[in-house]
Amino acid sequence: MKKAISIDVNGVTHENEVEPRLLLVHYLRDVLGLTGTHVGCETSLCGACTVFIDGQAVKSCTMFAVQANGSSVKTIEGLATNGDLHPVQEGFWERHGLQCGYCTPGMIMASAQILERNPKPTREEIRHGLDGNLCRCTGYQHIVEAVEYASRKVSGAG
Amino acid sequence: MATKYVGQRIKRTEDPRLIKGLAHYVDDIRLPDTLHVAFVRSVYAHARINSIDTSAALKAPGVVAVYTGKDIAEKIGPVPCAGALPGLKVPDYRVLAQDKVYFVGHPIAAVVATDAYAARDAVDLVSVDYEDLPVVVDVEAAANGGPVIYETFGDNIAYKLTAGEGDIEAALGSADRVLKQRIVHQRLAPIAMEGRGVLARYFPGEGDLTLWSSTQIPHLMRTQVALMIGIAENKLRVITPEVGGGFGSKLNVYAEEALLSWISMQLNKPVKWIETRRENIQATIHGRGQVGYVEIGCKNDGTLTGLRYNVFADLGAYHQLLTPAIPTLTGLMLSGAYKIPAIQINVTACFTNKMATDAYRGAGRPEATYVVERALDLVAAELGIDAAEVRRRNFPAPSEFPFHTATGLEYDSGDYETALNNAQAMIGYAKLREEQKKARAEGRLIGIGISTYVEICALGPSQAMPAGGWESATVRIDPTGTVTVLTGASPHGQGQETSFAQIAADELGVDLNDVTVIHGDTGIVQYGIGTFGSRATAVGGTAVLVAIQKLKEKAHKIAAHMLKSEASSLAFEGGRYSVQAAKAAAATGTSEPVVPVGEAPGGALPEPQIEGKSSLTIQEIALAAHIAKDLPPDTEPGLSATYFYEPKNFTFPFGTHICAVEVDRDTGDLKFLRYVAVDDCGKVINPMLVDGQLHGGIVQSLGQALFEEVVYDEQGQLVTGTLMDYAVPRASQIPWLELDRTETPSPVNPLGVKGVGEAGTIGATPAIVGAIVDALAPFGVKHLDMPVKPEAIWKIVNA
Repeated sequence: MKKAISIDVNGVTHENEVEPRLLLVHYLRDVLGLTGTHVGCETSLCGACTVFIDGQAVKSCTMFAVQANGSSVKTIEGLATNGDLHPVQEGFWERHGLQCGYCTPGMIMASAQILERNPKPTREEIRHGLDGNLCRCTGYQHIVEAVEYASRKVSGAG
Repeated sequence: MATKYVGQRIKRTEDPRLIKGLAHYVDDIRLPDTLHVAFVRSVYAHARINSIDTSAALKAPGVVAVYTGKDIAEKIGPVPCAGALPGLKVPDYRVLAQDKVYFVGHPIAAVVATDAYAARDAVDLVSVDYEDLPVVVDVEAAANGGPVIYETFGDNIAYKLTAGEGDIEAALGSADRVLKQRIVHQRLAPIAMEGRGVLARYFPGEGDLTLWSSTQIPHLMRTQVALMIGIAENKLRVITPEVGGGFGSKLNVYAEEALLSWISMQLNKPVKWIETRRENIQATIHGRGQVGYVEIGCKNDGTLTGLRYNVFADLGAYHQLLTPAIPTLTGLMLSGAYKIPAIQINVTACFTNKMATDAYRGAGRPEATYVVERALDLVAAELGIDAAEVRRRNFPAPSEFPFHTATGLEYDSGDYETALNNAQAMIGYAKLREEQKKARAEGRLIGIGISTYVEICALGPSQAMPAGGWESATVRIDPTGTVTVLTGASPHGQGQETSFAQIAADELGVDLNDVTVIHGDTGIVQYGIGTFGSRATAVGGTAVLVAIQKLKEKAHKIAAHMLKSEASSLAFEGGRYSVQAAKAAAATGTSEPVVPVGEAPGGALPEPQIEGKSSLTIQEIALAAHIAKDLPPDTEPGLSATYFYEPKNFTFPFGTHICAVEVDRDTGDLKFLRYVAVDDCGKVINPMLVDGQLHGGIVQSLGQALFEEVVYDEQGQLVTGTLMDYAVPRASQIPWLELDRTETPSPVNPLGVKGVGEAGTIGATPAIVGAIVDALAPFGVKHLDMPVKPEAIWKIVNA
């Protein structure tokens, strides 16, 4: 019944046997213990579970772990490099882009994706890019400012 | 005190763990051998349970136990209600349904299994034989006969209440005009991004139970759960790890918290339940849920004479912790920012076959503000006076504070006109009105909405609260000089780990990084009340401040003793006690740690070096107080202080929000042109956090105005049961918020702070709805019910 999978998560290869119905988010959280990726709904609406799969932002609550077999996954725990915060993480801290922090890992992953696709997005482009992620605390304004901060940082504009 | 940190935009100390994904919410806590619970919940709004068959579920793989109402009837007490009102009817609400279910989502059985998937599978194997009963959904129908939910009560009315001062009949009779409006405050779901979650672990040897819960009130929960399951309160420890938002929805004691605790004691294992979003919308409290009729009397010059509000409050099927109290807060705030000589509220609070309503961000005050502000707009429209002007004419002047309202409150301080003037200047009000006039002539529909709100914060004096309105703090300086603050408040996103550290660092003259704020663990922190009602900083922050002042009284005596000086000749400045004469020369600023980490001599702490010194840091004094070899006579060793602060009054923040919108004639869609807000929450500890609170509050308000509504159909089925149907605002749907502040200190507490957690949610809704109504004024529109959807607008424009 169980299927063997091999997934690279944050640069480490994991080999496990999992039930075919195991959701990727539960694999990350319960099998690998990477609890930074959160679950905020079960209908793929809130984006708290957003991770990168082969460089694409994906909602890990609506994907089975077996579907990620052979893929390379990056989670919030793997976003900083050598202890240095990713510019988006830095932006969230600098601009108060989080309050309760629950949506934050997914929001940061989605924001990082926006900047990977377009390092200099307009404010409107940032807002539309974040439409798949819900935040109930911040009203989004400081999140948008956090992404703008990161954009300036990655594009070398200060 | 020197203010190096207070008032500054300090980055949050909470954030590094949160942005790295290293924080721990309840579901992130992993204990060996944990069992998982899933619930069988009612699919009917009102039904008799003829039988429950759990046999198939019990045989399913991984299932350890299944509990039903029978198992707990004599074991676990009812879900508590703290709202005590005269004549209040209180249904006996058990943690699992007994012979009947009263709302969709009502828990019927708890399935316990070795993993969460197995528990969820087995839920479908529990067979419940229901016999459906007549359903009561509409609150006005509930009040006026029809099926009765609780036969023993005779009707569906939980309580009736009349409150207010002044002769309302005479006041309305003396008015030149009396305007009336039916106003609906639709049910809302709080939707904290983290749902509720419970992990309970019983230690059979010690007889201790630890309960991790995503809650705003760890201590109140400890007391209530101990009473419900019959464990001694000092054997129960409640821990709130990271809490992913509350908004009032976690200011409660829920069935699941008591039940999981009890199950852990039955099975001697940790048990965990993590709420799904579907469960969250079904069985976590809702907010609002009022239908009311306002009458406002005015003179022809716009002066208000009286206001009456007859309201039907939709309580749902039973009382949660504060369910019946919420409409009373509406009654208290019906004077708004205005001089209204007579006010009366008549509450008819009713049971319906729906989830209970309770405190959702604002908790009764948004309803009051919405009623008053909509009524002021009606007056403005009726008399042809500008909406800003009619408000201005009814403000109390700053010199009239403390201002007594006809609802029985004493507003502490305020300058409402300055906030209005500043907001009008920010948005360029006169010019905007000109543009509106021009646009109308061109057939474009632009509207401007204004809200000049007042809210009530810092809940509150114990006299006015069901179970204590004070807050506690313990502050200690450790032997190595670090400062630990234990607060009875229970922040869950508000940032008090930072803002309380700012207060402590300034007051003690130490580095911010030397301060750690601990909260949310009843095994560590002295009893506290918790975080709700915009109280944490005004009440809890004041407790921190006064505890430090107490601690410093002792430190001062020790300093005098150590420096062989008179206490009266010492002064405290920049974290240092020094002899007055030497004060000017004393070093200020960041002090070095008394005992640098890794450099302490093995075994013993170093003796404080005071030879030849004319000053001592408070951290050096802390070390001496712990070594305790040379303290003044009759001085306790150690350096800590605890203070329980009882506020003398509430605080009353206020402000003006102005919103400009344009309606799309073809689609009924809205475009926000501007949104400006000038808020006054008293003294500000950290402006960045205040802005964040306002942004979040305003957007929740916007959600109510435009998108959000918990909808039950006529059978009591919840039709907005997921985030696909319950429309939480998204990033692209909101205006850019332009904020400014005035700062009128509160005289109620020594920090001068008022509170800001709910201001946005209270102030914004009427400005947004008012703007839409104003845009549609050419069509004769005077009022619209929320959420104002494009469809409704389109129908008006294209009628």
